Formats: sequence, C-alpha cells, structure tokens
Amino acid sequence: MYVRLDERYRVTLTLNGRERSAYAEPRTQLCDFLRHSLGATGTHVGCEHGVCGACTVMVDGRATRSCLMLAVQVEGRRVETIESLAKEGEMGDLQRAFREHHALQCGFCTAGILMSCHEFLGRVTDPSEAEVRDMLSGHLCRCTGYTGIVQAVLAVARARQNNRQEAP
Amino acid sequence: MNSAAPLHHQQSRSYVGKRQPRVEDEALLRGLGRYADDLAVPPGTLHAAVVRSPHAHARIQRVAIEAALQIPGVRGVLTGEDVKRWAAPFPVGVRQPMEHWCLAVDKVRYVGEPVAVIIAEDRYLAEDALESVEVEYDVLGVSIDPEMATNDDASVLHEAVGSNVVNDRYFNYGDADTAFEQAAHRLSLKVRYPRSACTPIECYVVLGQYDPAEGGYDVMANFQGPYAIHSVMARALQVPANRLRLRTPPDSGGSFGIKQGVFPYVVMMGLAARKVGAPVKWVEDRLEHLQGASSATNRVTTIEAAFASDGRVSALRFDQLDDCGAYLRAPEPATTYRMHGNVTGAYDIHHLQVRNRIVMTNKMPTGLNRGFGGPQVYFALERLMQRIAVTLDLDPLDVIRRNLVPTQAFPYRCSAGALLDSGDYRRGIELGVEQGGLEALRQRRESARREGRHYGIGYTVAVEPSISNMGYITMAQTPEERRRAGPKNGAVSTATISVDPLGSVSVHVSSTPQGQGHRTVAAQVVADVLGIPLESIRVDVELDTGKDAWSIASGNYSSRFAGAVAGAVHNAALKIRARLDAIAAQQWQVSVEDIRFGDGRIYTADGVHSTSFQRLAGATHWAPGTLPESETGGLRETAFWTPAELTAPDDDERINSSLCYGFIFDYCGVELDSLTGRVTIDRYVTLHDAGRMLNPQLVDGQVRGAFAQAVGAALYEAFHYNEDGSFASGTLADYLIPTTVEVPDPTILHMETPSPFTPLGAKGVGEGNNMSTPVCIANAVADALGDAVEPGAIELPLTPSKVRMLMGIEEPPRPEGVAEENAQASAGGGSKLSASDSVEIPASPQQVFASILDPDTLKAMIPGCHSLELTGDNAYRADVTVGVGMIRARFDARVELTELEPPHSLRLSGAGKSGMGDAAGAAKIRFSEIEGGKTRLDYDYEVTVGGKIASVGGRMLSSASKMLIGQIFSRLSQRLSGSTSKGSLWQRLRALTGKRGGDQ
Ligand code: FES
Ligand code: FES
Repeated sequence: MYVRLDERYRVTLTLNGRERSAYAEPRTQLCDFLRHSLGATGTHVGCEHGVCGACTVMVDGRATRSCLMLAVQVEGRRVETIESLAKEGEMGDLQRAFREHHALQCGFCTAGILMSCHEFLGRVTDPSEAEVRDMLSGHLCRCTGYTGIVQAVLAVARARQNNRQEAP
Repeated sequence: MNSAAPLHHQQSRSYVGKRQPRVEDEALLRGLGRYADDLAVPPGTLHAAVVRSPHAHARIQRVAIEAALQIPGVRGVLTGEDVKRWAAPFPVGVRQPMEHWCLAVDKVRYVGEPVAVIIAEDRYLAEDALESVEVEYDVLGVSIDPEMATNDDASVLHEAVGSNVVNDRYFNYGDADTAFEQAAHRLSLKVRYPRSACTPIECYVVLGQYDPAEGGYDVMANFQGPYAIHSVMARALQVPANRLRLRTPPDSGGSFGIKQGVFPYVVMMGLAARKVGAPVKWVEDRLEHLQGASSATNRVTTIEAAFASDGRVSALRFDQLDDCGAYLRAPEPATTYRMHGNVTGAYDIHHLQVRNRIVMTNKMPTGLNRGFGGPQVYFALERLMQRIAVTLDLDPLDVIRRNLVPTQAFPYRCSAGALLDSGDYRRGIELGVEQGGLEALRQRRESARREGRHYGIGYTVAVEPSISNMGYITMAQTPEERRRAGPKNGAVSTATISVDPLGSVSVHVSSTPQGQGHRTVAAQVVADVLGIPLESIRVDVELDTGKDAWSIASGNYSSRFAGAVAGAVHNAALKIRARLDAIAAQQWQVSVEDIRFGDGRIYTADGVHSTSFQRLAGATHWAPGTLPESETGGLRETAFWTPAELTAPDDDERINSSLCYGFIFDYCGVELDSLTGRVTIDRYVTLHDAGRMLNPQLVDGQVRGAFAQAVGAALYEAFHYNEDGSFASGTLADYLIPTTVEVPDPTILHMETPSPFTPLGAKGVGEGNNMSTPVCIANAVADALGDAVEPGAIELPLTPSKVRMLMGIEEPPRPEGVAEENAQASAGGGSKLSASDSVEIPASPQQVFASILDPDTLKAMIPGCHSLELTGDNAYRADVTVGVGMIRARFDARVELTELEPPHSLRLSGAGKSGMGDAAGAAKIRFSEIEGGKTRLDYDYEVTVGGKIASVGGRMLSSASKMLIGQIFSRLSQRLSGSTSKGSLWQRLRALTGKRGGDQ
C-alpha cells in the first residue's frame, strides 16, 4: 500500500475475533492505535523502544511488540490482545494460574507477559524451567521478581499435559 | 458457643494471617485495569510535550516560541515567564536561598530539566513541535562528582548559597572520642553508593485542568504520596489547599517511591491547562523518565569503627556526603535522615558520631526510591563489619552475633534515638543458619575453592524501618531552627468504612497502592472484624483530596500499609462494630458483651437472637427512629490513627525516625566467572521478621520484588553521567534491569515478633531486601576476591567488567623450586617509571619513622602482604600479592630499609619475582614536621617491571604504582591515627564547622 505522510487511512483488522476499523496516520504506532483508537487499553506501553515487552500482542498468531509496529501494518491482519484471553466471560487457565501464583502485583507488565506465555504454551507443550525463563527474558517486570510468573507458566503446562493424557 | 468464652467476638472464619488470592487480580488479568493513561479525558483535552535542557549547566538567554506557535495543531507554549507570573518556587527542606521552579526560569542545572511545555492537539504533534522551540544557552562549568562539587573552585549551582554544600550537620551521641581512644582496634572504610532507581514500568501520567471561576486546579496524576507534598504543590500554585484537587487513578503501574517525583509535573500541567484554557494531558516517555524523573541519592561514606579484639564494636563514626542532584526537591534531604535514628543497624553500639552533608550536582534531582536511605547506610555499615572480621581473622557471622542488640533489651533505644519496637535477632540468626542451610553453603564454597573457582559467601543483618515519623525530615535543621518552626512529628493514617442502605460494606483507604494488594488486605481485616465474607466488601483506593479523608502522611511510602493503614482500617471497623453492638443490644435487650458477628450475621451468644448483618446495618438508614438515643443514623466511620511513639526530635538530637523496625538476616553464595567476571548468585537466603504477617503470600511477593530490584542495584543498574554531565543511561538497553534469567529464586524464611505499637502487630516488609541485598552480594564478592583487593574498590554495580578488573589475571602456579631462588631484581629491559608524591600523616616524624621500622606496621602497610619474615637488619622476605590492571601476581620479594637517618629520611626498596614477571621498586622518603604535630612525607620512587606485567603499558603501570604507593601510606596513616586520638579527624571537623553535638 502506498501511503502519504499527512493523510489518515482507515485501517481494518480483526481484533480479538471481531472486525474493527479506525483511522490512523501512517506513523501511528500499533500500541497507540489499539489503545486510543480502538479502546483496547489492556495492552500497555512501558518504553516505546522495544525492550520492556509490556506492549506485546499477537499479530497473526505471533507475539509482536506493538510499539515497534505501525497501525497501517496490521491492515487485514488478525490481532489478539489480553482482552481475548477470557472465554465466555471466564478467565482462562493461564490467567487463573497467574492469580493463584501471585504472578502479578501492579499488573502493568502482565498483558504483554500473558501474550508471550500464551503463544509459547501453544508451541511448547512440555517446557523446562530454563525454557520458560528464556522465553520470559524478553519482558521486564519490576514488581514480582518473576518467581510467580515462572511457576504459573510451568503449572499451566503441567495441567494441560495431564488433561491431554487423561483425554481419551 | 459458651457465653463465658474469653473472646468477645468469635468469627466463623478468619482471613487475616492467611494466604488470600487478591481481589485486584481479575480485572488486571482481563486487561480491565484502569491506569492513568486508560481513563477517559474531557472533550477538548490537549496533549503536552516537554522541551528539556540538553546542557547540564547553562544560563538561559532566550526562549523563542514563535516558530512553534506557527505549527498547525500547536495551541500554546508554557515557558518560565508564565511560571514566574502564576506560580512560586517549591518550598525547600533546608534554609538556603535556592529556588526550584517547575520549569527552569534562569538557569538549567541538569540534562533533561524542563524548560518549556508545548501544548498541542495530540501527543505526536506536540512532540513534533519540540524542535521548533529555540532556546539560547550560555553554557557553564559543571559539577558532577559529589566530592569535587564540595571543592572551593567547583562550579556552583545555586550562586546565592555560595557553595554546593547546602546543609552540613554534625551529631554526637555518647562519647565516641573516648571510645576510639581506648579501643584496641580501629578501622575506616570509604565507600561510594551509586545512583539507580526502581523504574516502574508505567511512567508518569498527568491530566491538568484549571477552573478560572473558582481559581482552582484539578489534577489527576499517578502520584503516590506522601501527601505532605500536596502542600508543596499548593504553595507552588499559590492556591489554598482546597483549590488543588488532586486525584489518583484506580490502578497504578508500579512506583516504588518514584512516583512521588511526579509532583513538579502536577504543577506544570495545571499551569499548562491555565495557559491554553483547556485540559492538558501529559504522558512521560521512557527517556524522559530515565533522565529526568527521579533517582536514589548517591552517597560517599567514610565509616570508622572502634572495636575490641573479639570484634565487639564500641563506637562508630559516619561521614556521609549525599548528592541530591540539581535541586533539593521535597522531601529531600529525607534520604539522609530516614535511617538516622537507627543508623547503628541491628547492633548495640553506644557511641556514635555522624556528619551529614548535602551537596548539589548537575544531575537529576533525587527522591523517594524503595529502600530510601537504607541501601546507602547498610552498604557502609555491613561492608565495615565484614572488614572487621577479615582484619581480626574472625568468622563474619561471629562478629555480627557479638554486636547484636540483645533479645531482652527490647524495646531498645538506639543511641541516635530509634526505639526498636520488638525482635529476637539472635534467634533470627540461628533460624536462618539452620533453615537456610548455611553449613551446606560453606561446603559448596570449600569444594568450589578446591577446584580453583572463585566462590564467596556474604552476610548482612539489617533493621528495616517502617512507618516514618514525619518529624525526621526536620533533622536537617538545627534544634534552634526546629524550635522556631514548631514541632513536626507523627504519621497520621486514615480509613473510612461505610455501610449503605442495603447493608453492603465499602472501605476507603488513603494509601494509594501501586500493586501491593492493599485492597485485598483491607478487605481481610474488615471481613474479620465484621464477620462478613471478604467477597462482599468493596475497597476503594483512589484518592481524591477534594472528597476523601486524608492527611500529610497519606500515600504509599515507608512501608506503612501493614502497620499503619491496615491498623486504621481495623480501628474504623471496630467503630462500626461498636455501633452495631449497641443497636443489637438495645433491640434484643441484651448486654453488648453477648453480641457476636460471623457468617454474615449478627447474633447473641446464646443463639436466641439472630439477624443478618445487612438488615441490622441497613436499619441505620431505613429506621433511625428505632435506634438507641446515642445513634445519629447512617453508618459511616473514619478512623485516624497516629502512634504516640513518633515524637518530634529532641534537643539532644535523638529521633525515633520510624515506628516499627523489622529484622532481616541475609546470606548468599556467589561465584565469579574467571573469564568474564560475571557474578552468579548461587544461593540466596533471606530471613524476615516483619511482625505479624497479614497475608503471607503478599509478604513473599514483596520480598521477591524487592530482592529482584536489589539484584539489579547490586549487579547491573546505575545512572551514568559523562564528565560534561550528559546522561548516558537513557534507554532500557543502557539502563539494565534484570530479567528472569538474572534473578534467582531466593529462599525466604520468616519469624514473627509482633510489634507492640501497631493495632495488628504488623510491621512493614516491602523495602528490606532493597536495603540488605546489595551489600550482602558485595560482601560475598569481596569474600570471593580475597584480601588482596582494596576494600573500597568494591563498588556497585558489580558489572562483569568491573569484577573482571578486580579479579586480575591468575598467575600460573609457581614452578617447583622458584621460591627457593634468591629473588633479586632482574627486571632489565622491562617498563620503567619514576615519579614523586607526598602525603600527610597525623603523627610526629619520630613516631612515623619508628613505626616504619616496626615489622608489624610494615606488614600492615603493604597491601596484599601475606607474610613478612625478618631476614636481617631491616631486611625482610615478603610474600605479597599485587595487582596491576588486569594482572594479579604473587611475589616472593625482598624488602629493605636502608639509608636510615632518623627522623629525616630513609630508603624503602623491594624486588621480587612472580609467575607473571619481575618487579623492583625503591622510594626515597623524606620526613618533615608540619603544623599540628603532623608529618609530611615526600617521596620519589622508581619502579621497574619485566615479563607479563610489563605488558600492561606505561600509563596503567604508572597509575597502578601511584595507587599502590598511595595505599601504603594511607595504611600507615590509618594505623598511626589509630593510636593517636588527639587531633582526630572528627575533632578537626567539629572545630571546622563550629557545630556542636547535641549532648554537649
Ligand atoms: S513498550 Fe513496547 S517493548 Fe516496551
Ligand atoms: S507486576 Fe508490576 S511490573 Fe510486573
């Protein structure tokens, strides 16, 4: 798509399973677009330069830093944010495990961490603690010291593993 | 239930003291949190971007905004001129003619200082326009290093003060001079604590509004308190406090003290809104945050102990130089005084002298940061305790044990005035040793060392103060100044509980949490007192100064929630219960003693009467006519609570700086990578006594969070400034916060010695590891590095490159037989240098001369000297480890004293061989008597090296030699001043400052 810098474009995407659209300038960051144009304020911004991981969302199924992407780049694509994790009003297993293991305090880093964990657990079914820590090393959390987060992810992986084994 | 049961109110279920998942979590996990930047803004809200100084120190000649105003979408620019017209400088905590405005008005004093505010239709446009503001600067010299900033020729930040030292206070408790005179040993250590900050992941957010009809400001900000700062903001805005309505959002993305520093922006955005006649919102970005938000205070400390041969310390001296940056921003210099009453830590030390100086430098102003004052004090104190152990060749833990406040002494009054409320420190150590597995850790160290690995163990004990006394800040003033200003003390906390007509319970606390789970704990407390399910209670933690109960101590700081705020919640719940008791007793014609609360019901102990909580409580709204005469109707109670123990500083300068004092005992094992210098924490054990734990899961969460931040402070994080004051840590790729792979999981142990002074027996727990962990890791690194490293060189953060430098290059094992050879200088063909220098020593030439001839002194003088054996007249054979740059080598050396002309001159020479090469050196030393019975030593020296050592190059060799020789004489000086107390440094200081200690 050819864009002019001083024009606004209507960007249409699938956000958390629903088609949504709004205007964006070519330079509008995806995180700002999600938060302020589409109202998905669950995604947070911690550094705007790609280090803290707070802004992580899924774009076409891949964990992506929404501060390093432009809104116009998601035209026609699928974006999932933290708001998608509760199904039919109930929190998912990952969210419940975070609560159980005290994996959050202020909760500001949590949205991005949940999205990375969500993607990871979809790929890796039986992770070691070292693998979990390695995956989480792209995120900064200033509150928890990470222990609860690591425990929560390992617990979900184990529980899903058990469920799979029990399933006929 | 037996009516004679000793407990008046039995509950069906109790929540306090149990692990309880947080009521906060579900909204946050669903992405439904409401943080400051998530809240709806009024229609027509504009957005701000801040023009900041690129210079560390400059006079502002002109601020030209015309070009910016031409840009479409820009609606206005706020400058220093507007600020001067509408506002006043912020009040300062010391009596000095220095001004701090929310925007620079005449000079800029640090890189990143706000100079103007662009107000535009969106944030992108506002940021675009930043470049179009033209500021002409007249660049001035800078003061960056705190010690250099105290020099007479330093560039002065605040000219009207005339010096960068803006406060200088001296305190004397007991009789330290005599204790030092009589002590068998003395040891002094100089350490530097760097700048870092706990950097929440959410930055500052402010929404300012101005109402010209009322002449008032309405500002929403993710401020965290203390609300004493509300007065500072109102004064700066020149309005009565009721014309500054300050509101906080429901959720905050972390703070750790840092969001106290948003207050200048509250004023700035209020004024910006006034300037453009519309609401103005500002969202700080990460660069702005790192360079300009807030920082912990960096400190240079010289600490000195007088002690006996068993390690028992009789007296301490602290000389603390605190670098608060470019402005003394409220509540500074609180960092300096937060620990004042308990500066002797967990130890029973009676004699104490403290000198505190506050210096201004061209760096961002400092402010609250988790641990506040604690890491700085413990870094000096606990490093010193480790050094005492090493010097006396004792186990560091034995030295710690011998000095602890004895168990039977609680409540214990420290020499500087803290009243340690409760504790059992000895038992804490025993528990920690047993349950944490110290013996196994020692074995790990032994086996690691056998394998030639660098492994060390460090220990720390600390007292963790919580619930600050608002009066400690006035310690920066003299008793006379305090008398004139009137007393300041206490720590008022508030909580309000209301019961609505349908009988549901709402709680409000003014503690402005940033993730600690205050809503959960407050609900636990209320559920227990009123016997209702926790889920039925709603806790509100937004604070609106226009509507809610608050006081100056409101806010989230000094770990005051568990002790003070939860206590106020408890008291408010008791008030509600007392009213319901009276209503039920009248209705049922029974005595109040018979009323019980539980399972959501109110009933009599004999089971005859029972009603639901909602119904009886609702009656206060629906049927006030049926209530006892004492009842006014409605059901809402506010409790204010302040502890009696928090009195103002007394005329002897004693201050109980906090209400509660928890106890921490930490130890850890670390390993240093000999290739990279990386420090790996192998095991970390941390024992806490925080009184009664209200929710153990949240307590552990606080400990883990503090620990992770402390690992950052110990190993990675520091704000770096270049020599010209430019800021070199502006992104999270430069300022390194530890991630999951750097933070190990500590072993957390608990004991509970309830505080007698708080309603629930709880003490604060959130800051302890920020205080204890950095020095514990440093002590372990020191242990791993061994004695050859100069103790003061162990500086945080212990980054790989720094540690690698300290480790040096290992020499290969000495080949068989080399030690037997005659070690003669054979360094021909290597590097050679000569230089001269001088040093002053506080003793007469005769004394100095005699002591150099004394073998014990000579051994103590030579850094890294393992043994010294007399081989002839003033000739010795020495086993010495010397480091030059990266190279560290162990020498078999000959040392000789020749050309003796007592007490005028002598020649000190040495030559040695090592696996890394040869070295020889000689110094001609001349002694001359100078004023005050002291001696000046002038020395010319020559050093020759060969082999690998020579490869370090001339410059490195010259600075290493200078340092080594400097160390020799400073060790001599220290040893000599240890036996002469007349004319001690402290007495000179006192004479110089003309200040007298409080008890004289
Ligand atoms: S905000 Fe995107 S990585 Fe920090
Ligand atoms: S929970 Fe606060 S930053 Fe992670």
